[in-house]
Amino acid sequence: MKPKRKRLWLLVGSLGALALAATLVLVALDDNLVFFHSPTQIAERKPPPTQRLRVGGLVAPGSVEKAGDGLTTIFVVTDTRANLKVSYRGQLPDLFREGQGVVAEGTLGTDGVFLAREILAKHDEAYMPPEVAKALKDAGHWKKDSGK
Amino acid sequence: MIPEVGHYALVLALVVALVQGTLPLAGAARGDPGLMELARTSALAQAVLVLVSFLALTWAYVVSDFSLLNVVANSHSSKPLLYKITGVWGNHEGSMLLWVLILALFGAAVAAFGSNLPATLRARVLAVQGLICLGFHAFIVFTSNPFARLDPAPFDGNDLNPILQDPGLAFHPPLLYLGYVGLSVSFSFAIAALIEGRVDAAWARWVRPWTLAAWCFLTLGIALGSWWAYYELGWGGFWFWDPVENASLMPWLLATALLHSAIVTEKRDALKSWTVLLAILAFSLALLGTFLVRSGVLTSVHAFAQDPARGLYILGFIVVVTGGGLTLYAWRAPRLPAGGLFAPISREGGLIFNNLLLAVLTVVVFLGTLYPLLLDALGGDKVSVGPPFYAMTFIPLSFPLIAAVAFGPLLAWKRGDLLSALRQLATVGAVAIAVGVLISFIAQRHVTLAAIGCGLSAWLILGALYELARRIKLLEIPFGDSMRRLAGLPRSSIGMTIAHASLGICMAGIIGVSVWQVETIAVLRPGDTLSHAGFEVSMERPREVDGPNFVAERGRITFRREGAVAAVLEPERRVFKTTRRQTTEAAIKTTLLADIYATLGESDGKGGWTVRLYYNPLAPWIWLGAAFCALGGFVSLTDRRLRIGAPWRARRAAPQPAE
Repeated sequence: MKPKRKRLWLLVGSLGALALAATLVLVALDDNLVFFHSPTQIAERKPPPTQRLRVGGLVAPGSVEKAGDGLTTIFVVTDTRANLKVSYRGQLPDLFREGQGVVAEGTLGTDGVFLAREILAKHDEAYMPPEVAKALKDAGHWKKDSGK
Repeated sequence: MIPEVGHYALVLALVVALVQGTLPLAGAARGDPGLMELARTSALAQAVLVLVSFLALTWAYVVSDFSLLNVVANSHSSKPLLYKITGVWGNHEGSMLLWVLILALFGAAVAAFGSNLPATLRARVLAVQGLICLGFHAFIVFTSNPFARLDPAPFDGNDLNPILQDPGLAFHPPLLYLGYVGLSVSFSFAIAALIEGRVDAAWARWVRPWTLAAWCFLTLGIALGSWWAYYELGWGGFWFWDPVENASLMPWLLATALLHSAIVTEKRDALKSWTVLLAILAFSLALLGTFLVRSGVLTSVHAFAQDPARGLYILGFIVVVTGGGLTLYAWRAPRLPAGGLFAPISREGGLIFNNLLLAVLTVVVFLGTLYPLLLDALGGDKVSVGPPFYAMTFIPLSFPLIAAVAFGPLLAWKRGDLLSALRQLATVGAVAIAVGVLISFIAQRHVTLAAIGCGLSAWLILGALYELARRIKLLEIPFGDSMRRLAGLPRSSIGMTIAHASLGICMAGIIGVSVWQVETIAVLRPGDTLSHAGFEVSMERPREVDGPNFVAERGRITFRREGAVAAVLEPERRVFKTTRRQTTEAAIKTTLLADIYATLGESDGKGGWTVRLYYNPLAPWIWLGAAFCALGGFVSLTDRRLRIGAPWRARRAAPQPAE
């Protein structure tokens, strides 16, 4: 095969693979982006129950309770301006604590309670998820040591 | 006093790196042997100095010298000795010191074992290595000094983050760094070759063992990290497509591509500039991984507290290294002499296909990882990209790559015969399809994925074994002769067989857990039983136990199948005394076919405890496969032909089948 044809062949192959990948990526991004909302934004926008989203803020002190089945935890996530009730069935991450930053992923129920399917755990309690920090800042309640 | 020695050695190392990174380059340009020789001396001195510095910090940890800020922040006098030592790299400053230590040791290894490299190439490789060292030394000395003192010294420290007090994570960073940093050698070789303006088969033969070593360590590092997440985080999963995990997967994908493209450069003198480009990009992605983990820009389950200023420094460093490398590439690569020709259907054609798909997979992971950051930086919404994205992109794109693995080794160089390869693999293919069809009846969930995945996994394992059997003419000639042929095979080809078959084992494990995992979360009271994955599960009342620096609540969960005890697991919930932090220690019973997995949750206050139980079919195969894969790489490394200095002797020593 001549060098020119070889190069053409390579080019066509690479472009084909890239086009396929680009299509897959675009379709997948379209369907699978999970948007982050603060409790305030959820109160304002009322996202539909079909939309999977992430919500973040602080676990409101004194709000954590167990439901009757012993498995479901109900707590309030707050950005200090708005509150959101969250219900999560399962084992909580080790670093889940009242007053700490938390990110929950799930859907908003029709009753206004956020059904979390996943609670994000952190390896380090001094770490504040950037989204939570932003939500708190937007609410005007950010202290540098709120993550501690 | 000893910390001062460590600090002093570190600053000296910075100065030595400056010398190593500059004078040999000038020496190579002017053909001055004295200046070129300086590269070797300074690379060795560099390694000694950094080692002294690292040992000084380790000493401070071992004797709990709480006048050091770093020791106070990350250690405690009652911590077990093992975690005092591994705690050295369980924090930002110390892990960067470990990074630069490995970097310096790799440099010293090139200096020590590269005696048959041409003097100018060696000088340039070591100089580039010195420049990278310089960047990291400056980073440590100016932003992350591990030897900063604290006055007055407290009586005791704050202890290491408890989830890092685990053997899996203790040895995860060194392995990962050996991989990341090993890629710096490939990078240095690429830059040196661009400066020299020459890339040939000999160059590829020098680059390959270094890349292979880095790749093996990276494979082990990723596998260990995944195993750790599996048993320590207690979620029963092994891969979360988390940005921090992706950060190590991207350089692995490109290093895998580089390994294969360097073979083409070595055997066929082709794909030169692509190989050079891969070497540059693979190391750039390793640096990017460091940036992503250290900068605090990500929301990740694995993220640690960070300092944006440090992230900014690393970002700047990436821009200099990658930007510099790519600029040099753009300038010099077009002048590299063109390589050999090839047909699309040939061994090299197969390797190009492999490279193409690996590169595309890297792009996919790159986009998925960085798109949320990009969107955020542009002031858009805050979003995250999770496992469903990768399920739709990465998995379908990796299937053709995996399907091609069995073909590659059967194709001849220059002009392969696809039909003949197909004919040879007909039986293997038929078995693989039969496995797929069979699985499609058994799978309850993800039927298509399960069928294709298991079929491909059988295809990979049998294909690799078939190729080996063909080489040693198994069943064609007397068995003894076959064994003699096996012993005479080049180690690199045995390594390849092991690595390719292991990929199949690993894949089977991934499919097994994805399709057949059974999860039960329940409140269990002592004396009650519940049924889970065909087991009758009961629990005794958890007991209090004392650890060296924690107290634990230890459950005792019994799994029975048809009355017989299948497993007794003792998961724990630990509370660490100093930090008051809790960890969940999963208990796992591993058999060859499945993991029985349990974690203990909190008490419900009414006499019951939350338990999380998993049954993970084939789970052990994931890490077994990955470990064998790395083993294949190490076997290849022992090939004499890869060892510089004895490229041809092995060939003459034993007659071998034609390749």
